[in-house]
Amino acid sequence: MREKILTFIEKNSRVNLHELAVLLGVDEVMVANELAAMEAEHVICGYHTLIDWDKTDVEKVTAMIEVRVTPQRDMGFDKVAERIYNYPEVNSVYLISGGFDLMVTLEGKTLRDISGFVTEKLSTLDSVLSTKTNFILKKYKDHGTVMAEAPKDERMLMTP
Amino acid sequence: MRNPLSQVIETIQPSGIRKFFDIVSEMEDAISLGVGEPDFDTPWHIRDEGIYTLEKGRTFYTSNAGLKELRMEIANYLRRRFGLEYDYQSEMLITVGGSEGIDLAFRAMLDPGDEVLIPQPSYVSYLPCAVLAGAKPVVIELKEENQFRLTAEELEAAITPKSKIVVLPFPNNPTGAVMEKKDLEAIAKVVIAHDLYVLSDEIYAELCYLDEHTSIASLPGMKERTILINGFSKSHAMTGWRLGYACGPKVILKQMLKIHQFAIMCAPTNSQYAAVEAMKNGDDDVCMMREEYNRRRRYLVHEFHRMGLQCFEPFGAFYIFPSIKEFGMTSDEFATRFLQEEKVAVVPGTAFGDCGEGFLRISYAYSLDNLKVALERLERFVNKLRAEKENKE
Repeated sequence: MREKILTFIEKNSRVNLHELAVLLGVDEVMVANELAAMEAEHVICGYHTLIDWDKTDVEKVTAMIEVRVTPQRDMGFDKVAERIYNYPEVNSVYLISGGFDLMVTLEGKTLRDISGFVTEKLSTLDSVLSTKTNFILKKYKDHGTVMAEAPKDERMLMTP
Repeated sequence: MRNPLSQVIETIQPSGIRKFFDIVSEMEDAISLGVGEPDFDTPWHIRDEGIYTLEKGRTFYTSNAGLKELRMEIANYLRRRFGLEYDYQSEMLITVGGSEGIDLAFRAMLDPGDEVLIPQPSYVSYLPCAVLAGAKPVVIELKEENQFRLTAEELEAAITPKSKIVVLPFPNNPTGAVMEKKDLEAIAKVVIAHDLYVLSDEIYAELCYLDEHTSIASLPGMKERTILINGFSKSHAMTGWRLGYACGPKVILKQMLKIHQFAIMCAPTNSQYAAVEAMKNGDDDVCMMREEYNRRRRYLVHEFHRMGLQCFEPFGAFYIFPSIKEFGMTSDEFATRFLQEEKVAVVPGTAFGDCGEGFLRISYAYSLDNLKVALERLERFVNKLRAEKENKE
């Protein structure tokens, strides 16, 4: 049941309880209880909105920063990550296998915001060995959703 | 000049959907619930395989029966999904859509005077194909109180010494009816007792929301009496690729292959390669689409009940078949007014047989958002009709 709820709300978080219960063919109270339980267990961590900021007047720059770090004694990667993710301008932090350790996504208003963060905050951390900043030029698909407008329904209007 | 046409072709009526299609196409901003094909695109990995095949220059004919690799994969699929055992070499034929298989089976099996039992409401091809094969179609009118399932009694009552084939179009277009195993067992008994054959059109087999679909060919003594029709159009959202298959007894398939060989040569090569990918790695896509259809189905059933529209719960395909008898109009009148006044196109039940009178076929091969808009309009329309009726009384 949980999987069914999660699969649906992952893409449709605004659905109301009643409708969700109808769509999944289960009792409304049961859905409400499961949702509450999953929120309490932090299986559901938030209900966000996917926004294409490029279509607004708001200026935004996003960078993906590859960070190499030395996990320090008694600190490990988790502590380093925590020091980074506590900055509100940091959007996401992942521990990554391969040529570097942490992938940090950062949002700022301008290039200067980003470079300021990297040079003044990120690089100055003791455990950070190096950083490589990649600016996002265009977002095609995010959270499984294609950002371009959906193509028109080209099916014939009536078929047997 | 002499009449250029055959006498037979002039007796066949064009599809009842045609008339409505012409009206709808004229209308701008009409929304349609009239489509009989999935709203999903073919899953990308399948399309990608089709593209790759073209890049590789695989643009030649395949063998008449179809690519060996595809037939082997279909045999695996039928075993894994429905417990059916078919020999890919002698009991299977790749066709141009499921429809070709229907035509081939009729032409290979029927003589003038033979009768084909066709339950209706059902897909529009069975009757004309039977006529073109020289046979006599005998319609069995299915009933809403039986949830549009075919009962053994109904079948028994329609059988004459000339009956040869009974068509089993389940899961059903347009009603969404399914036949459960117990229903099929009852039918199988009658079929065997009267020495009939079955054309089982299982094109919607993957879209079954009750239990897993049961094929009548999997029942004891039925494989040798059944032509199984299936394909990729509905299960894998591949309508435009035109690819289906027929399975059945060797002796029948051999003759179907002969007609196919002379009329078609082989199904499109590109589509066949793409279908190999669909069979190998497509089960998850099918499951995802089925889940999505099922959510829409539940939503529609719930909404229709809320509006007080009489409607049995359909458990197959992607159609719902509500009754509009309370309004005292024909299906055609209802559909025409609904289109003109609310700009929503639905198909009158009569397009699928006379006994579809009093019903509408509503397709849920549309996004939930689209369905919501359409249902809002339906509710407004239904309320208006009810008010009109009250004023009259």
